[in-house]
Amino acid sequence: MYSYDQYDQAMVDARVAEFRDQAQRRIDGKLSEDQFKPLRLMNGLYLQLHAYMLRVAIPYGTLNGRQMHALADIADKYDRGYGHFTTRQNIQYNWIKLEDAGDILADLAAVEMHAIQTSGNCIRNISSDHFAGAAQDELVDPRPYAELLRQWSSFHPEFMYLPRKFKIAVIASDTDRAAMRLHDIGIQIVKNEAGELGASFYVGGGMGRTPMIAPNIRSFVPLDQLITYSEACLRVYNRYGRRDNKYKARIKILVHELGAEEYTRQVEEEFAHLLQQGIEPPIAELERIRTFFEDPAFEDGPKTIDRSDPDFALWVDRNTHRHKHDSYVSAVVSLKPVGGIPGDATAEQMHLMAELAEQYSFDELRVMHTQNVVLPHVKIADLHALWTKLDAAGLGTPNLDQIGDIIACPGLDYCSLANARSIPLSQKISERFAANGKQDILGELKLKISGCINACGHHHAGHIGILGVDKKGVENYQLSLGGSEAEDTALGKITGRGFDEAGVIDAVETVTDVYLAQKQGEERFLDTYNRIGMAPFKEALYD
Amino acid sequence: MTNLIRLRDDAPVNDPVADFEACCDQSNATAVRIEPGDDARALLPFLDRLNLVEVNFPAFGDGRGYSAARILREAGFTGEIRAVGDVLVDQVNNMKRCGFDAFAPDAPLDADDLETALNRWPEDYQAAADASTPIWNKRHE
Repeated sequence: MYSYDQYDQAMVDARVAEFRDQAQRRIDGKLSEDQFKPLRLMNGLYLQLHAYMLRVAIPYGTLNGRQMHALADIADKYDRGYGHFTTRQNIQYNWIKLEDAGDILADLAAVEMHAIQTSGNCIRNISSDHFAGAAQDELVDPRPYAELLRQWSSFHPEFMYLPRKFKIAVIASDTDRAAMRLHDIGIQIVKNEAGELGASFYVGGGMGRTPMIAPNIRSFVPLDQLITYSEACLRVYNRYGRRDNKYKARIKILVHELGAEEYTRQVEEEFAHLLQQGIEPPIAELERIRTFFEDPAFEDGPKTIDRSDPDFALWVDRNTHRHKHDSYVSAVVSLKPVGGIPGDATAEQMHLMAELAEQYSFDELRVMHTQNVVLPHVKIADLHALWTKLDAAGLGTPNLDQIGDIIACPGLDYCSLANARSIPLSQKISERFAANGKQDILGELKLKISGCINACGHHHAGHIGILGVDKKGVENYQLSLGGSEAEDTALGKITGRGFDEAGVIDAVETVTDVYLAQKQGEERFLDTYNRIGMAPFKEALYD
Repeated sequence: MTNLIRLRDDAPVNDPVADFEACCDQSNATAVRIEPGDDARALLPFLDRLNLVEVNFPAFGDGRGYSAARILREAGFTGEIRAVGDVLVDQVNNMKRCGFDAFAPDAPLDADDLETALNRWPEDYQAAADASTPIWNKRHE
C-alpha cells in the first residue's frame, strides 16, 4: 500500500501546525466561531449534539496494522474506548475535546494519517472498491488513481470553498462495490479498443434530499489527462454551482438544471483550455504510485476449504469473497453483531483486527462503505484459524449483505441534524430477524437507515430503505423499496405513509414476508421487487 | 486603503475602479471590480488596458473568486489582482496560489499571522497560478 515520502510527511506535519495555530487563535478570540468553523471542519471536527466528533480520513479505505493500532489507541486515549467506521470508509470518534484535537492530529501524522478535508465544502476523502487489488473481477487496482486524486485534491487552492461538499469514488471493475454512480464524480477505470487504460467519468450523482444517479459525461479520458479533466469538472462547478440555497448546491443540481449535455460541453471547453496550462502530473508519478500497489508475494497453497464445522462453513459462504489468487480469499469482518451498533468497534477489537491483518493478510485492512472491515488477502489454509479468533472477539457474525448487515447513520443519538434515531431501530430490526430465524432464509437484502433527509445512511440505495422524519415532534419512519447502490444503481420508492418505530419494524417484516411468499427460484429480494413491482407490498402494508 | 497588503513591487494602482458592466462597456477603464457572479472571461478582451482587477469576496466562504483570479492569470494578465472584502488570514495563501498579489481586507490582518500563513507550506501538491513546482514534478526531476 502507499506510504509517505518526505514530501507527504512534511505536508501533513504542516497541517498539524496550522491547525494548532488556528485553534489557538480561536481561543485568543482572533477568530470568530463563524470564521473558525470551516477551518475545523476541514480538519474533520464537527460539533455534534453532546461533544465534538472527529472524522479521520482513511484514503480509499486502505490501512495497515500499525495504523489500525493507532486508531485504537486514539479511541482509548481521547475517546470512550471505541470508534465508528463510516460509509465514506473513514472512522469517527464521537466524544472528542476540542483542546485534544491538535494532539490527535499529531498522533495520526506519526502513522501517516490525517483528518484533512473530511468535512467542509471541499473535495472529501476519495473512496474506492474495498476489494481493490484482491478482487478476481477487476481490470486493474483502482487505488493508484485514487491516490493521485488524493494528492491533487489535498489543499487544492481553488477548490476549498466550493458551493458544497464534493465526493469522488474510483472503481475498476464492472461490479460496483463503491456506489460509484451516487457520487459527485464517479470514475471507472476502463480499457479502450486500443487496449489503453483510461477513466470513464460519471458526474452529478448523489443521495441527500434530491437523490440522482450520475450520467456518464465522457467514456474515456486518457490517464495522462486525468487530473486536467477532473480540474475542468471542478472549475465549472465552482463557478456555476448554486450558492443561493445549500440544499441545491451539490453538483447534481447543476448537472440536472443545465442538463448533462450542456454541463459536458462546458467541461470540455474548460478542459481544452486547461490542457494548454500544463497542470497534469508527469505520468512517471502514476508509475511511482503504482509500485506501492503491486501484489504481495502470494504463495500457492490449499484451494479447498474443510467445511465440517457448520458455523465456519456458514461464515465462509457469507463473509468471504473470491480472490484473484485461488489459494486466497478476502474475508469480511462484520461490525454488525446482532443488536449491536452498526460500524462500531472497540479499541480491543481494533487491536485484534490489526494483529490479524499483520498475521494473515500481508498487513493490510480495508474499511467498507457498508461499515465493515476487510482482510483482503487471507490464505485459504489460514481461514479457520482466523475465523476462530474473530468469532471469539464478537467479530465473526456471518451476515455480510444479509438483513442484519444494516447501514445506519449516527442519527439522533449523536447528530445535530437528525430528526429521528437510527441506531436503536437498526438494533431492534437485527434482533427481530435473528430471533424469528428469518435472517437465515432471506438471502441478500440490503437494509439502510438514515435519521434525516441528508441520507448519510444511504436509505435511497437500500433494497429496503428507512428514512427518519420528524412529524409534529414525533419520530416517524418512511419505508422505501427497490434501491440499489451496485452496478444496477436504482433509487428506492416510498411505500406510502410512514410508521412509528414499532410500526416500521413490523412493516419490514411484512415486506420480507411478501418476498418469501412470491420469490421464484434464486431471486433476491430486489429481483422479486423488480419483477412484481410495488403493488403487492403496498397491499400487504396498508390494506 | 489602510489595510492594503501587496506582494508586488510596483506602485499601488490608484486608478478609479469601474464596476464590471461599466468596464465591459467603457473603453478606457483601467481598473475594475468583479463580484462573485461575474464571468472573469468577459474581461479577457480588455486585459491589455487593465492595471488592476479587484475581486470582491462579500463572504469568505464563497470561493468563486479563486477561479476568477486563476482564469485571469491563465490568460496572461500581469496586472494587480486584489482580493477585497471578507478576506481572512487563513485564506490568503490559497488566494496567492490562485494569482492574487494584493489584499484589501475589510478588517486588518495581524502582520505576524499573515507572515506565518504565507510561509506555512513547505511544498504544494498541485499546479496553480503561482510559480511553485508541484511535489509530483519535484519527485521526478
